[in-house]
Amino acid sequence: MATPDIPTVTLNGRAVPLGDVAPHTTALDWLRGCGATGAKEGCAEGECGACSVMVARPGVDTPTEWTPLNACLMPAGSLAGQEVVTSEGLGSPERMHPVQQEMAVRGGSQCGYCTPGFVCSMAAEYYRPGRCAGAPGPDGASDEHEHRHEQGANGFDLHALSGNLCRCTGYRPIRDAAYALGEPEQGDTLAARLAAPPPEVTPLRLGRDGAEIVRPADLAQTLQLIAERPDAVLVAGSTDWGVEVNLRGSRPALTVAIDRLAELRGFSVTDEWVEIGAALSLTEVERRLDGQVPLLAEMFPQFASRLIRNGATIGGNLGTGSPIGDTPPALLALDAVVVLTSAAGDREVPLAEYFTGYRQSVRRPDELIRAVRVPRPLARLTAFHKIAKRRFDDISSVAVGFALDVEDGVVRRARIGLGGVAATPVRALATEEALVGQPWREDAVRRAAEVMAGEGTPLDDHRASAAYRSAMLGQALLKLYAHDTTLEEVGA
Amino acid sequence: MSALSERPQQPVVGLAIPHESASLHVTGEALYTDDLVHRAKDVLHAYPVQSPHVHARIAGLRTEPAYAVPGVVRVLAAADVPGVNDAGVKHDEPLFPDEAMFHGHAVCWVLAESIEAARLGSKAVEVDYEPLPSLVTVREAIDAGSFQGGQPHMERGDVKRAFDESAHVFSGEIDFSGQEHFYLETHASLAHVDENGQVFVQSSTQHPSETQEIVAHVLGLHSHEVTVQCLRMGGGFGGKEMQPHGFAAIAALGATLTGRPVRLRLNRAQDMTMSGKRHGFYARWRVGFDAHGHLRALDATLTSDGGWSLDLSEPVLARALCHIDNAYWIPNVRVNGRISKTNKTSQTAFRGFGGPQGMLVLEDVLGRCAPLLGLGADELRRRNFYTQGQTTPYGQPVGHPERLHAAWEQVYASSDFATRSAQIAGFNEAHPHVKRGLAITPVKFGISFNLTAFNQAGALVHVYKDGSVLINHGGTEMGQGLHTKMLQVAATTLGVPLEKVRLAPTRTDKVPNTSATAASSGADLNGAAVKNACEQIRERLAQVAATRLGVSPADVRFVDGEVRAIAFSSEHVPWEEIVYDAYFQRVQLFAAGFYRTEGIHWDSSIFHGEPFKYFAYGAAVAEVEVDGFTGAYRLRRVDIVHDVGDSLSPLVDVGQIEGGFVQGAGWLTLEDLRWDESDGPGRGRLLTQAASTYKLPSFSEMPEEFNVALLQHAPEEGAVYGSKAVGEPPLMLAFSVREALRQAAAAFGPAGTSVDLASPATPEAVFWAVEQARAGAQGPVEPAKNGHVVEGAPGRVPDQRDEDAPDYEPESERVQHELSRR
Repeated sequence: MATPDIPTVTLNGRAVPLGDVAPHTTALDWLRGCGATGAKEGCAEGECGACSVMVARPGVDTPTEWTPLNACLMPAGSLAGQEVVTSEGLGSPERMHPVQQEMAVRGGSQCGYCTPGFVCSMAAEYYRPGRCAGAPGPDGASDEHEHRHEQGANGFDLHALSGNLCRCTGYRPIRDAAYALGEPEQGDTLAARLAAPPPEVTPLRLGRDGAEIVRPADLAQTLQLIAERPDAVLVAGSTDWGVEVNLRGSRPALTVAIDRLAELRGFSVTDEWVEIGAALSLTEVERRLDGQVPLLAEMFPQFASRLIRNGATIGGNLGTGSPIGDTPPALLALDAVVVLTSAAGDREVPLAEYFTGYRQSVRRPDELIRAVRVPRPLARLTAFHKIAKRRFDDISSVAVGFALDVEDGVVRRARIGLGGVAATPVRALATEEALVGQPWREDAVRRAAEVMAGEGTPLDDHRASAAYRSAMLGQALLKLYAHDTTLEEVGA
Repeated sequence: MSALSERPQQPVVGLAIPHESASLHVTGEALYTDDLVHRAKDVLHAYPVQSPHVHARIAGLRTEPAYAVPGVVRVLAAADVPGVNDAGVKHDEPLFPDEAMFHGHAVCWVLAESIEAARLGSKAVEVDYEPLPSLVTVREAIDAGSFQGGQPHMERGDVKRAFDESAHVFSGEIDFSGQEHFYLETHASLAHVDENGQVFVQSSTQHPSETQEIVAHVLGLHSHEVTVQCLRMGGGFGGKEMQPHGFAAIAALGATLTGRPVRLRLNRAQDMTMSGKRHGFYARWRVGFDAHGHLRALDATLTSDGGWSLDLSEPVLARALCHIDNAYWIPNVRVNGRISKTNKTSQTAFRGFGGPQGMLVLEDVLGRCAPLLGLGADELRRRNFYTQGQTTPYGQPVGHPERLHAAWEQVYASSDFATRSAQIAGFNEAHPHVKRGLAITPVKFGISFNLTAFNQAGALVHVYKDGSVLINHGGTEMGQGLHTKMLQVAATTLGVPLEKVRLAPTRTDKVPNTSATAASSGADLNGAAVKNACEQIRERLAQVAATRLGVSPADVRFVDGEVRAIAFSSEHVPWEEIVYDAYFQRVQLFAAGFYRTEGIHWDSSIFHGEPFKYFAYGAAVAEVEVDGFTGAYRLRRVDIVHDVGDSLSPLVDVGQIEGGFVQGAGWLTLEDLRWDESDGPGRGRLLTQAASTYKLPSFSEMPEEFNVALLQHAPEEGAVYGSKAVGEPPLMLAFSVREALRQAAAAFGPAGTSVDLASPATPEAVFWAVEQARAGAQGPVEPAKNGHVVEGAPGRVPDQRDEDAPDYEPESERVQHELSRR
């Protein structure tokens, strides 16, 4: 056994010393260096999932869950003291895991390069607590077309594989393999692991070549550290950090890991608001909300992929300040409030006042986002429209969050959040004004839609033309109206 | 039945078995080139210095600063090349250029103890660039007269007269995108020099023999001093046919200069910015129909975007011309082809190899013209099918056209096309904001390399004393299941169970002078070579068995691991015993197999001949649903009937059909290569150089219902065990998706609307098509990339052939002709 001073990782059931890793070394490079070459690098930005591995993380319904994550985005240091399972750990050619067996016999692999990642994502869904309980009934408890085709009779949610790309098969055999899975057998050690607490997270300090990655013990330490070091890069889910490191050669002198700070992982619902801890992953938020905020429930499946949502945090999505992040348009429409914390205490900033410029915000270097508050009661008519080339796992060219209250046929309140049409996420204030007090009727909606088409200052880029972006703004309100008034299936 | 196509009793071919490496794939045990790095010692890592200019002279290169970076061991530059400084076969691709020809062009390479040190070293190299004028788009190249290579011309009949006599003449243009291969495994090589001075390169390559040749000529060595091995590839799709050679040469050069193993693995951004892609094309066309919608004449000019060097652009263009007819009889044809020279990556082979581009032109013509002719697109297509006795514009008889008709009729029926068309019309009537479209399209695809010489293959089969069998062949495995099929062929020919046969990795020291695993030909060529080697051994063993059984050798049968005589079926001897006997009788138990495709010929100078052994056929029906607010769509259902002859391995073949289809749909609808075409500082930069910006099909793009059937009773006389090639043809079944999107967009407008649809048909492109339809085809509403179809002669006259164009004879063929004249 290694001494507690030398961090180890439990890799496929065996303790492996973390060794001399640089702060920017990714978990993927570390795993491959250990000889676990099943995990592959396909894109190094969390888009293809060839590096997917299962990590034991705190669960929502069980103490632990096997959480699939992109190893290419995680710092190797974040594995210290953790438990990781790769395709090699699931089974061997002689003793394949049920997931591996189904993938193999159904033609789920062709070139095989993406396969270990698919297997890990699929195995995590195989072990998801309550998967089988969530299966649709024999005659299809859900009659929505989308659900029929994106959930197996065994409860397997196809979105579990939304972050894995295959260039060979066309996916059909992989879907068949996923939908053919049964329940874990008695004595399955990975299934049994879920009942025990997750591995503890211990403070960590790793340094090499003048760079450091630090996991402070608590919030107070963290706030002190970032107050002393304004150059510190905060990392939670590391889904942005990993991209900066891998694709843009970013080598921060100090990286501070805040994803497991208990103070940032709270979740509470009162009559006044829903408070969501900034370091909760989007998957955790989705599961904990369980549909209580319909606008967010509509947004989550459209936010990147399950692999990304398992890592990415709601605080991180605001903290990174991208004008094309998916939570800000939704949270703007919900009139959310950002709770910032520093050694001096908490302060609250309405999200509408949070962003100040391209990737700029009112957050000072000595502050952290502690939580996001969504005021209650919620607006009754809400929707999230995301315009992208691809339905699963794409980046918005335009995103629109709607929150309207229509009473007696008149729009009483309207909040519309927009992404992708300006240097920051913005509210469609002119459109809101054009709607409020007007009848919720086609002619009035058309007039407001014309206003909305003129919101923001959209650009031409490789995702979409400015003309299309403007057109989509105008269409969004028409689509909302059509959907609300005819309930026609327009969700193509 | 020919000897080649006939199957014995209880054949192992035809069984639906999983990929031979499936259990290794799923457990992560399958090794790829870059996995070997972790099993080697003292490896150096290579990293390129890439040009930040689209076109620039390299006035100065200072490598000294790189050596100041800790861990940097060596910087490779032109002066280090002992042989020929060229990465291609046409000597227009300097490995270390003195002129950066595109944004991202590798100028030199840094070797270091770690990839991080190599990266930092590459940043330290100082390069003086003198920017030069550049051409980024095909249209810019056309305007500047910038072409490369020969300009093929294909002509049949009297085009002018046919237009004069046509009842309807339309003209138009189309400009469509290329495609990034996005094999999940990027280019990778690992080279070392063994104790004998033999250079050994492990490379992710579809063409080990050519990789070997290029490495040898760069190093100034003979081919027998270089060995190339390919364990397997994490996808190839044509992108590893020509492109790996230079990367392998860099690794090999580094290994010879440092004495240490050198690893070169491109990261995704490097792979996308440095390696070639499917050619985009620009085409202008004029087409004539008679009063009944029969094609009478086609006049077109296809200009491909070749990028900075020729690479495979000439044969790709040839295949585009050879497939512009797709499945349709056009009596009078004139097509010119040109390859533009632009400051982009050197575009290369990609599944279909020009065939999809040629077909797209005509399928787009038919889709746009059908409403103008007052015909349903399905009827217009069916009406123009080839029938028995007709020939292609380049003079090849169209064999078995009835199979095309059969595939079409079968999928028309199995997809319930007529009923669903009516249902969709009703649905569209009832839904103002969402429309569905249904389309059916055919594929006819020629099988063989256009260049006759490439249609040869070799194999090496060993039977050991214990009866176990080891096969080598010249083909490479990239996921297409070639090795699986080869195991099945060997087991079938020797009459042994599959478990008796193992396959060794593809190496140039086992089978020499191989052709690329390309053109869908891997199983046809290598399968016949494996079969030939196995037959030699089987015939020798039949002699041994005949003596033992007391029968004539002709009466000996090998079935499922047992050897017996036909007339005495009760008496059988285990395979192992016969093998053991044979050894003691000093009978040779190994054989080299060889195959050359018979009966094909091609003269590219007159663009005439019978270059293809046969045609593969198929037909697909696709249904889509389009959101009129956004242009977003879903692929609701796809039905396919495809002709693979008598399948060697049905699970593999269905996988190729489904995967090819989805990849084709990706090219036509989603995958959007964007280059900086501005005059700004980033001019020529690939804007979509990552998985986050270049979107591949994901689960959300697979057909929600996907029914694939193999055409039954369609053995191919001319191929191994009656099978047909399957790698490329299914990709083109995806035209059905594009045409269904056109149908759905048209449904937003008045009946008979001709819709122009950009390619790729992204949600944005579909939205503009919907807007055009809503405007009642009054003309394009927004970005009018391809203009609108114009009726009446002469309309847009296709660009004419360059007066000064060189005769069309690709260099590879020129060499062959010179040899034959000696």
